[in-house]
Amino acid sequence: MSQVSSIAEQQASTTLSSSKSVTLRIARFNPEHDSERKFMEFTIPFEKWTTVLDIILEVKKHFDHSVAVRYSCRQATCGSCGMIINGKPRLACFTKISELDSDVVTVEPMNNFPIIRDLAVRFERLFDSHHKIKPYLIRDDSEIISNEKEFLQSPKEVEQYIQFANCIKCGLCNSACPTMATDSSFVGPQALAQAYRYVADSRDKGKDSRLKIIDESHGIWRCHFAGSCSQVCPKGVDPAMGIQLLRGYLLGFRS
Amino acid sequence: MEHQDENKEGIGGMINPRRYGIERVAYLLMRLSGLGLLAYFIGHIYETSKILQGEFGWNEVLEITQTTEGHVLLAIVIAMCVFHTVNGIRVMLGEGGVGVGKPARPDYPYIPASQNARHKMGIYSAIVLAAIAMFYGLGVMFGE
Amino acid sequence: MRESIIMKIHYGTALAAVALVAVHVLMRLTQSFSESLEYENVIANYQFIPYAGMLEIILILLSIHGFNGLRVILLELKQGKVYEKMVSYGCVAAMVGLIAYGSRTIIMVNMGMV
Repeated sequence: MSQVSSIAEQQASTTLSSSKSVTLRIARFNPEHDSERKFMEFTIPFEKWTTVLDIILEVKKHFDHSVAVRYSCRQATCGSCGMIINGKPRLACFTKISELDSDVVTVEPMNNFPIIRDLAVRFERLFDSHHKIKPYLIRDDSEIISNEKEFLQSPKEVEQYIQFANCIKCGLCNSACPTMATDSSFVGPQALAQAYRYVADSRDKGKDSRLKIIDESHGIWRCHFAGSCSQVCPKGVDPAMGIQLLRGYLLGFRS
Repeated sequence: MEHQDENKEGIGGMINPRRYGIERVAYLLMRLSGLGLLAYFIGHIYETSKILQGEFGWNEVLEITQTTEGHVLLAIVIAMCVFHTVNGIRVMLGEGGVGVGKPARPDYPYIPASQNARHKMGIYSAIVLAAIAMFYGLGVMFGE
Repeated sequence: MRESIIMKIHYGTALAAVALVAVHVLMRLTQSFSESLEYENVIANYQFIPYAGMLEIILILLSIHGFNGLRVILLELKQGKVYEKMVSYGCVAAMVGLIAYGSRTIIMVNMGMV
């Protein structure tokens, strides 16, 4: 099924109106009554600054309000709008039409996440894996009962983990990972990078317990340093670096 | 929703080398060369066991392997072996955290430090050395 | 066995095999390639105990490395308790089988039982 609709005629009358249009193909799939994915096509005008999220919302506004899409902050902070855009996992709010260099933009739900409907996917597996690696500081004392006011860190100590703390749990890394493509039990690059975030934090004392958790047949050893997770991360977390640094502890390269 | 489709990309997604750069290509080549070498290894153990049938059995094997097709196959095995070895050493070092860069505050355009020139050079070196070894092997086998 | 131990063995066997296989391949270049594959020369290789020992070690190292690699690939393709046990034990069985079969050749030729 394809439906070609155009709002090119509804151009705003300002002198800045763009004459450029793009064909947006949106994957439609409702697991409750559809047997396979279908695409709907729309022709939408765009400006130099128009993002993929903007044109999806244009479709919702003018053509089909039933398109299911998750979004919130529109500024690559919340991690809600992850989807496959022209074959690669990206944030819709962070991807400009102009940078895709294509007359056709195809948007599909992220791979390796169960589909709720259309572009919205379930995140339970990501949250469960994240929870599994104990994403919190582990130590016997706390800032409440300790004599000191807070646990101090030098700027150098903060530099060791701050990059990995930038994770917005968008799931793009899990979508790009070749192991996640076939392995349902793999913890995933997001959880592993977060495990390193806490292990590298000088305030944390839970390194051994976390290493034990990831040292299993579907844990860190199913990462093969393909690096696709880092290629798609929109926040510069570089999960591949975190995972290899974490593995260095298990291999004896670091202590 | 226990039986809901997990929407996994499947083997097609795992073996697709496009979209993510040379590191993903190296991942795929590593898997293919590994499986190819395992198949060759099993065949080689079987083939060399024919020597137990004496000179006659051994010469029968040579009639199959010392042919143009046999030499081409062996050249491919040489290439797979060299690539798998060189890339394997690169991956082993990378997986230990060597050459993956240092953590730092990320800044736009967020180029990942782990996907750096050193590892890319390692991958290209593996491919080039494999090609050189393959052509050297072809030269030795066909040069006689 | 913990996965980290298995993977350390995987990497260790790889590094050791690289060195020994290099020697094995270079032996084919000590004479002309086709001469090195003649029956008498191959028998002589097997009957030289250090070389036979090296072949045995290569056989063990590469069987472990190869079948563990296959195990990893198969585990990533499909999951489930029964399947994973089958794959793990199957790979170990194949490993042992190949080592046994290859060792038979080396030992019998080395002992002149051809």
